Amino acid sequence: MHVPDGFLDLPTSLATAAVAASAVALSLRGARRELDDRAAPLAGLVATFVFAAQMINFPVAAGTSGHLIGGALAAVLVGPWTATLCLTVVLLVQGLLFADGGLSALGTNITLMGVVGVWTGYAVFRLALAVLPRRIGSVPLAAGIGGFASVPMAALTFAGLFMVGGTAPLDAGSLVAAMASVHTLIGVGEGVLTALVVGSVVAVRPDLVHGARRIRAASIQAAAPAPSSGHRA
Amino acid sequence: MGAEHTHGLHLPGQSTVHRLPAHLKIVSTLAFVLLVVATPREATWPYAVHLAALMLVARTARVPAAYLATRLVVEVPFVVFAVVLPFVATGPRISVLGLSVSEPGLVAAWALLAKGTLGVLAALLLAATTEPRDLLTGLTRLRLPRQLVEIMGFMVRYVEVVTGDLRRMSIALASRGFDARSPRQWPVLATCLGALFVRSYERGERVHLAMLSRGYAGSLPVLDAAPLRVGDLVVAAALPTMAAVGMGAAVLTR
Repeated sequence: MHVPDGFLDLPTSLATAAVAASAVALSLRGARRELDDRAAPLAGLVATFVFAAQMINFPVAAGTSGHLIGGALAAVLVGPWTATLCLTVVLLVQGLLFADGGLSALGTNITLMGVVGVWTGYAVFRLALAVLPRRIGSVPLAAGIGGFASVPMAALTFAGLFMVGGTAPLDAGSLVAAMASVHTLIGVGEGVLTALVVGSVVAVRPDLVHGARRIRAASIQAAAPAPSSGHRA
Repeated sequence: MGAEHTHGLHLPGQSTVHRLPAHLKIVSTLAFVLLVVATPREATWPYAVHLAALMLVARTARVPAAYLATRLVVEVPFVVFAVVLPFVATGPRISVLGLSVSEPGLVAAWALLAKGTLGVLAALLLAATTEPRDLLTGLTRLRLPRQLVEIMGFMVRYVEVVTGDLRRMSIALASRGFDARSPRQWPVLATCLGALFVRSYERGERVHLAMLSRGYAGSLPVLDAAPLRVGDLVVAAALPTMAAVGMGAAVLTR
């Protein structure tokens, strides 16, 4: 999934690096709101979780398997700002420590997975949550829809970048069609897995799921109309 | 991705390359990769110059060729893309070994393979000769935002712990007869990941509390780094200089 060196020309790589740098700068501020001063250790451990989650192979069929990208998953679990930071750090570590993903394409990879993937996933998640019934059970479903949407969107962004600064002559229409169709399938897997993982966390520790906060706040208010009637430690 | 993946690619050593300050190595590698990407693809010899430069670094660092070769597997996905490219690309077709392929596609595929492989080799050499801890110090000296480096620091420190958690979970699953063969087993694997998230998050909270109890006030102290030496600069400049010569000659003779 990682874009290697030489896929996109130098100007496009540098432009995406600038996009990535601004997104990271904004996220550093935003993450303070999501995690306050616990940001460094918590985001670090969540980044490690995303890294580990990408290592699990999910069997598909006939011996093939795939793995999570985790942008939408991280956005629903810890909030989109922190998720952008986590994906950025995962890509930095993969690029610098594991030679996975080109160093000149780091900005491109951060833009695709850490910005487009995370924020598409989160935006679609919030939209779906607004439409679905206001129950805690809607959170995994909405997360799954966000996870599904994030993959083809990132792929289409890549196709767009390739049209601008690609290094190979490909027919625009067929490139978009190929990227969209393959990544819609991959997106189905990402969506199902995101929904399953969020569902399992919601079942045991709903308080840890950032995307479930509003619904939980509403349901706690509904259950206890009189304030200070009970205190949950 | 096996268990080895979590250990990083560091290969301990005492060579000139190993002892070079990390921030210089990062800049040197990045400059090299950018020059490779900017190299025109019409001629093949500039890429031989780039490869020779990398081989010189590998030799100085005593990184065995086999070590680098076996780790080139990360480039398999884009090798597949490069193989398909001549068949799907547009432009005039030529016949190669009886197959009709696109000529510009073939050139693009060659350039992708060459640039991608050189990029992977350069990154492998950086990872092999630099300890993760030094990489973090290097990134701090390069003015990467402190908070980002701290997050990365926690990841580098805890990656073994978290992947160890994951490994123990999969051993526990396997010892109960679990065998993931089809998407029907996804719920079990996803529950496993859910549990891993809860454990990682709670560990993050515990680590934070432990840090607070030791006087953490929002940022970690930066250890003083060694002063910059001219000799180090010269050594670090060697790799990008060789690449610049190759790239510059390629541009001039085009």
